[in-house]
Parts: sequence; C-alpha cells; structure tokens
Amino acid sequence: MLNQSPTCSAGDLIIACAAFISHKEVQSTMDISQQLLQYIVSGLSTGAIYALIGLGFAIIYNSTGIINFAQGEFVMLGAVLTLSFISALQLPLLLAVPLAIAATTVIGVIFERLTIRPLKNATPLSLVIITIGVSILLRGIVMLLWGKDTRALPAFSGNDPLSIAGATILPQHLWIFALTGLVIIANKLYFYYSISGKAMRACSFNRRAASLVGIDVKRMVLFSFMISAALGSMAGIIVAPLTMTAYDVGIMLGLKGFCAAIIGGMSSGLGTVIGGLILGTLESLGAGLISSGYKDAIAFIILLLLLFIRPQGLFKKGETERV
Amino acid sequence: MKREMVKFLILTAVVLLAPLLFTGGYLMNVLVFVGINTMLAVGLNLLLGFAGQISLGHAAFFGLGAYGSGILTATYAVNPWLAMLLSAGAVALLAFLVGFPILKLKGHYLAMATLGLGIIVYIVFNETVDLTGGPSGLSGIPNLSFWKLTFDNDFKNYYLIWGFTLLIMLLSINLVNSRIGRALRAIHDSEVAARVMGVNARLLKVQVFTLSALISAVAGSLYAHTMTFISPASFGFHFSIELVTMVIIGGLGSIYGSLLGAVLLTLLPELLRAFQDYDIIVYGLLLISMTMFMPGGLVKGIPAGIALLLPGRRRRGEHA
Amino acid sequence: MLTRVVRTTAVFLLLCLTTASAFAAAPIKIGAIFAITGPASFLGEPERNTAQMVVDEINKAGGVKGRQLQLVVYDSQGDATKAVQAATRLIKEDKVVAIVGPSTTGDTMAVIPIVEKANIPMISCAAGSKITDPLKKWVFKTAQNDALAVDRIYEHLKQNNISKVALLTVSDSFGSSGREQLKAQAASHGIQILSDDTYGPKDTDMTAQITKIRGSQAQAMICWGTNPGPAVIARNSKQLGLTIPIYMSHGVSSKKFIDLAGDAAEGIRLPSGRVLVADLLPNSDRQKKSLLAFVKDYQKHFKAEGDHFGGHAWDAVMLLKGAIERGGDSPAAIRDQLENSRNVAGVGGIFNYTPQDHAGLKKNAFVLVEVKKKDWVLLK
Repeated sequence: MLNQSPTCSAGDLIIACAAFISHKEVQSTMDISQQLLQYIVSGLSTGAIYALIGLGFAIIYNSTGIINFAQGEFVMLGAVLTLSFISALQLPLLLAVPLAIAATTVIGVIFERLTIRPLKNATPLSLVIITIGVSILLRGIVMLLWGKDTRALPAFSGNDPLSIAGATILPQHLWIFALTGLVIIANKLYFYYSISGKAMRACSFNRRAASLVGIDVKRMVLFSFMISAALGSMAGIIVAPLTMTAYDVGIMLGLKGFCAAIIGGMSSGLGTVIGGLILGTLESLGAGLISSGYKDAIAFIILLLLLFIRPQGLFKKGETERV
Repeated sequence: MKREMVKFLILTAVVLLAPLLFTGGYLMNVLVFVGINTMLAVGLNLLLGFAGQISLGHAAFFGLGAYGSGILTATYAVNPWLAMLLSAGAVALLAFLVGFPILKLKGHYLAMATLGLGIIVYIVFNETVDLTGGPSGLSGIPNLSFWKLTFDNDFKNYYLIWGFTLLIMLLSINLVNSRIGRALRAIHDSEVAARVMGVNARLLKVQVFTLSALISAVAGSLYAHTMTFISPASFGFHFSIELVTMVIIGGLGSIYGSLLGAVLLTLLPELLRAFQDYDIIVYGLLLISMTMFMPGGLVKGIPAGIALLLPGRRRRGEHA
Repeated sequence: MLTRVVRTTAVFLLLCLTTASAFAAAPIKIGAIFAITGPASFLGEPERNTAQMVVDEINKAGGVKGRQLQLVVYDSQGDATKAVQAATRLIKEDKVVAIVGPSTTGDTMAVIPIVEKANIPMISCAAGSKITDPLKKWVFKTAQNDALAVDRIYEHLKQNNISKVALLTVSDSFGSSGREQLKAQAASHGIQILSDDTYGPKDTDMTAQITKIRGSQAQAMICWGTNPGPAVIARNSKQLGLTIPIYMSHGVSSKKFIDLAGDAAEGIRLPSGRVLVADLLPNSDRQKKSLLAFVKDYQKHFKAEGDHFGGHAWDAVMLLKGAIERGGDSPAAIRDQLENSRNVAGVGGIFNYTPQDHAGLKKNAFVLVEVKKKDWVLLK
C-alpha cells in the first residue's frame, strides 16, 4: 500500500518513454520519481474506493447471479443520509455514520424484498433492467427530497496533508486504506470461517445443491443484499469528505466499481480489491502521463484488452460450462 | 407468411395515413423521433432478442453514424446520400472487426465489454474537438434532399424516416423467419448445440452484430440530417440503456414489440410532462413494474391483458 | 329621454368593459427551455426559479400593457434532442411569442435552426460566444460571453507579469467553450499555454493533473468549470502544495464554491458578474439597485443565494418585458424592439442590443474578485 519510492532508474525510464509517446515537454522542477509516486499513491486511494464498491457487486453476483446496477446508489445513499442526519437531526458525525449505514441496509432489504424475491423465473436481462429501474427510482427520490446540490462532508480527522517520501496524502486517504484493509480481513473471516459465510459461498457454486443440503437460499440472497448495501454505504461515507456528494455521484462510481469486480474475476475478497487498486492506479498514471481527457478511455481500453485476453479476470482459473 | 404480409401491410397503411390526423401538430415531430428509435430498437432486437447477445453500448454505433454523416456533410461538403453510405459502411466494418473478439465473451462480461466500448466512443466524440466540435456539438448539418424535394420540415421528415423504418422492419421480419433467423434462435437457446448442428455460430453472431450496427448507423445519419445539430450528450451510456429498455419492454424476439417499445418510451416523456419534477420517479416505477409484471414485454402483455378481460377468447402467442 | 341616454351609455360602457376584459384576459405566452434535471441542472434550476419568480412579480404588478404573462417551461435535461422537441412543442402547440433559454450552449445551438425558421425570438441564457457570433436574426443572449471573462483574466495576468499558464478545463460545453477562448486569445495577450489538461464533470480526484502542473514551469493555473469540479481542484491543489496563483471562471462565482472548497479556496481569483459582490459595490454603480433587489427576492422565495446563473433568466425576462412594453406583442415586433434595448441595467451587466450586437454586454460586465477569509473581495 504505502510503498517505498521505486528505484530512480526505472521511474526515469517510464517517464521518458511516456513523455516521448505523449510529445509533451515534462520539465520537472521536482524529482521525477516523486511525481510518479504521487500518481501511484493517489491512484491507490481512488482504487480502494473502486474496490469497496466492486466488492458489493461481487457479493450480490456470487449469491444471486444478478448484476446490481443500483450498487452505485447505495454508495450515494450512505453519504447523503449521513449529511441529512447531521443537518436535519443535528446528530454528531459519530452517530450519523452508523445510522446512515443501517438506513441504507434497510433500503437494500426493501429493494430485495419488493423486487428480487417475488421473481421466480426472471431472465438475467430482466433483472438487469429492474436494478436499473431501482437505481433511477432511488436517484429520483433523493433528487426530489434532497435537491441537486453538491455538499461536502467534514473530513474525519482534519485536512492537513501528510507527506510520505515526497508524495502527499490526506488523513482521509488513510481512513480509506484502513477501511479497505478491515473489509478484506472481515470478508475472509466471514466467508471462510463462519457458517453463514460458507453457506453463501455454497450458493454461489450451485444454488440447487446448496438448497438440497438445507441452506435457506432466499435468506442468503437477503444477506448478500444487506452486506452489499452496508459496504456500499461505507464506501460512500468514507470518500465523501474528499469528493463531496450529490444525488448523482452513484452512476460513475458504480460503473468503475463494476469494472474493478470484473478485473478481479468477481471474487468476494482479495481479487476484487486488487482489481480496484489496479484500475485506480492505471487511471491516475494515464491521466498524468498520457492524457487527462482520455483517462477514462484508457481505463476501459485496458478493461477490454483484459477481457479479450483473459475474460475470467486476473485471479480466477478458467471457467467451465456444462452444456 | 401470408399472415405476416397482411400484418405488415396494415402497419404500413397506418403509418402512411397517420399524418392526416396530426397535420402540422407537434405530435409529428415526436413521431419522427419514434421512427428513429424504432429503427434502433429493431436493430438491437436482432442482436439482443434473437441472437441473445447483450449490448449496452449500442448508442456508440448510432453516434458514429451521426458523426460520420455530420462531419462529411458539414465540414467536407460531401453529398449527404454518399456520406450516409460511407458512414454506414465504415461503421459496419468497425463492428465486424471488433465483433470477433468481443463476441467471444458471454453474459455480464459481454455486457461490460460493450459498455466499455460505448464509453470509449463517447469520450472520443467529446475529446476530438477539432473534428466533432467537442461537447458543444456539431452544427450546420444540411437536410437531406431528393432532386427538388428538400426534407426540411416535420411532415416530410416523417415520411422519409418511416420509409426507412418500414423497410428495415420488413427486412428484419424476413430475416427472422428465414433459415438465418432459425439459426439465430438456435444460438440463443444453446450455442454448443447449434454448433453441433452445423451452424457457424461465431461468424453468424458477428454478422448479426454488424447488421445491427449498420442499422444503427443509418438511423444515426438520418437523425443528424433531421436535427441539423448533434452533440455527444445524445450518444452516451444513458441512451444505450434507454434502447435496451425499449427492446425489453416491447418484447425480446419480436419486431413489432420493438415498435411498441420505441413508441412507449419516446412518448413517455411527453405523457410524463404532467408530473413535472416527479417524472423521473414515475419512469423508474414504470420500468420496474413493467419488467416485473410483463416479462414478455408489451407484445405478450397486451394480448394477455385482453385475454384476461375477455374470458371467452384465447389467443396463441406468435413470433414477430 | 334621460333613461334612454343612461341606457345607451350603460350598454356602451358594458361593451367597452367586456371588450377590454376580453383583451386583458388573453395572456402573453412566453416559452422557456431550461436544463432543470440532468448534468446542467446547476444552470437550469436557478434559471427556472428566477424566471417564474419574475413573471409572478410582473403579473402581480398588473402584467405588461394590462395583459398577464404566462410562462410555459419545459425541461431539456441538458440533452439537445429533448431541447429540440421542447422548442417544437412551444412553437407549434403552445404558440408562444418568444422563448427564454436554453441553459446550455449545446442545447441553444440545436434549437437555433428551429426558431430561425419559425420566426420566433429567443433569448438564450448560455455563455457560448458562437451563439450570437455570427449574428442570427432571431437569437439573443443574456449570459456574458466567455470571451470577455478570458480577456479579463489575461489582462490581470499581464498586470502581474505572468506569461506562462497551465489550463485545466472541464470536458463539457461550458469548459470547452472557455478552453476555445483561452487558446484563441493567448497569443494576442502575450500568454504562453504550457499545458492543456481536462477533467470530467463527475470526476472526484484531479491530483494526477495537478501533480503534472506542479512539476511544470507554469506560473499560474487557469481552471474553467462549474461546481463541484473546481472545489475538488482547489482541495487537491492545497493537498499537493501548489504554490502558483489559481484563476477560475465565472462558473464558480457563488458562495457555494467557498462552502465546498473550504480553506482551500483562499486566494483564488476569478471574473464574476457583479451580483456576487452586490453589497460591496459603490452606490454610484448603476446595477446596484437591481442586483440587490434580485438577491433579496431570490433569498425570500427560495431560501437560497440568488446566483449568477439565475440572473441570466432575470435579464432575459426583463428584456422581453421591455420589448413588449415598447410596442411589441407579435413575435416580429418583439424581436425588433429587443434590438432597441438600450442601457438596461440587469443582473449580468448593462445591456445594449443593436442590430449588429445581440449579446449586449461589454468587458465591464465582469469584475475581478478574490477569496479572502471565506468571502469575496473586489480586486482592482
């Protein structure tokens, strides 16, 4: 995570190549490897957010086979609700945050109960459309109740930049890394060492077999939505002090999170996290070294190349399909 | 096939005579856009409904056709019909080349890949300011004209657009009822089984993808000449999702369903104007409830609804 | 005999009254296209609010020439296709005599061919210089040209002996319009643009671009965009320890920007319409009265700061009102009277429309301001 500075020669070589390709004069008045380090550090912090969101996608997909396009809205809801609790109910930050996470989880449950559970034989495509409809609905409700304004959440522990080997980082970034680390550990413990976690993994391998051995598949689906909603809202809250929040922050974040999950092979753990980190870092390097206008395009081109060459993601073994 | 012909002729008659009801009204303008959206929905349905391949980036082909025609006619003063041909040809070639690697993917991987493709194309539209005018758009695109007749008002554009739309619908109906159509449905059901039966699945998927892109590009050119102004915002991710919604709500695997879906989704904002700010919520609710309660789309849902209301009658499901 | 006179007079009076009320009853329909939802809603919503507020006030004071105004508003959602549909509907179905809006340059360019063909005057609230240059017969605008803002910034840079700048613009029509002007006017002001970077409207982290700028020889950074992007850029710049002066655009001339950027906003300079610093203006300033009225009104109606963008709609409606009062209630007459608008003190500036100039504002429509201690101060 917070690595040491890469060796100067490697850094210089990369910079020189990139500068040559982009035909720009990069006259730096500071150490070139410092610049590179800054790109990487910033990219890692953005990537951690994508990772958290991607985990939400992966967890729901693994237990239900559904791609939940409304995942980005959970992220948005976390931050928006926290702000509302702080301003409308005058709650301190420490209370507002868990309350917002709980509220978002409840919304996730309602969503699952009303739209996913009643459907018995929906095609995957219908499910995609339903989740898109829910995301539009959630966005519309928030837009009406909350307005279209962008608002800032106060940083958890101040705004003074910290310097690490020449690259600067804000305290909020440390919170993000800490949360990501905690989530990785919690995920591993839950999915590999607890009964319900193992049950969820069983559902992802084969639903029918799982129900035959006595696992309540419907409840597992509910749990997966709850966990994803909670994760999403946590991601939204922890990043809001940096990026500010409004009713439509969910769209792009959701998309990038989905990318991260695909890169990671839809794993509910470390794979997706690494996928997110890679995505964020590549984006940052692309923006700084090649072209800021095309930075999103660079991220998606890399995704496409990855999908062409190794569609199961970086960390899964190949999939087999029964015919 | 006779039944199909009769249905199609009735549709043609309705389309040709409808303007007499709405002359000069604002509704003509809306119907022009319904025509364009129908073309797009039919093209997408061939890929999505019949061949069963998800595409969340179809607005890209629409936009490429529009910008191709727009740039050639506005900046380089090429003859509009020639520009449309060149543009559609270029887009078809691109789709053919991209199709091979992309269509190896399945399910949500394919969805993500097409999504990514759509976004990359959108970014290119936005960033190549010198060519496309960037976010502020490209203006000065001439109207189409045929000898002395210039298509410069809603009435004439209606017939122009719907002429193309009906033609494309006719070709698509013929396609899906032919051997190729059956091969497509075989691929949709089980690709492996189809290949075992001798269907060149890979080539066929790419061919359908290319055809679908071609149709979208033609629609894009027509759109550019009708609006005389285009901007990247109309060709983004949002519109791709709208197209998929049209196809699904209308009914996957049904050409007439695509027509219904396009009609509904283009007219919906007009109908929802009454709700003012609440229209987004109504849109979302409609999407959810239609998908939940009418999974076969309107084309199955309306007859089913009628059957519910008239207990004596029974109607059999039909294709296209 | 007397009763006959009385009776005839009574009937005569009655006839006069009924015809007068029949005329008074027919309202003047004005259409409006604003981007109320979608990516440009920060423009469309205050514009719609303001337009409605002004029309209500005019009607409460008796209307225009005895007739009430009726505002018909449609939402373009920031999409050119929908703007076109809205314009067609306003003209064909609602039969409006004039159109206010649209909010964005893109939407405006899409609608221009329609109003030109239908001979309906349109006053756009968008900033793009190309809306009125080249001149179109039926198209006017109230938002200050971004060309003027760029001119102001470059002037100030030269005054402070700065000649090398780095650009960071948003990739939407507001940003690309500004970028066009920044590049076009650089040479004539002796400014050299060292780097030209962009960011997306919804991007949440610009540290990569700013890191690159920090490592270059740029003596100032010019950032062109609207909230929340510039606020993120301000914070990122503070985090990265950027020392060169930062200039922004009138897109963030609102208290909101300072709220979002917090301490990071200190020292940022930008050109702004006078509405931002209305209470700091000398009493001799001709706009001060209408500015304060606008700010107070908006605060009363909507409990929010009346900003720069809402002002565009205020100006448009007031200019229309003036044109109708001076003798127009048919679209052609309104258009002709608009071209006779002289010295109208509005929110965006003092407007002078002529047959050659449909933008109406000069460089002095902008003042240069700086953020000091979380508030705006006027710069010389």
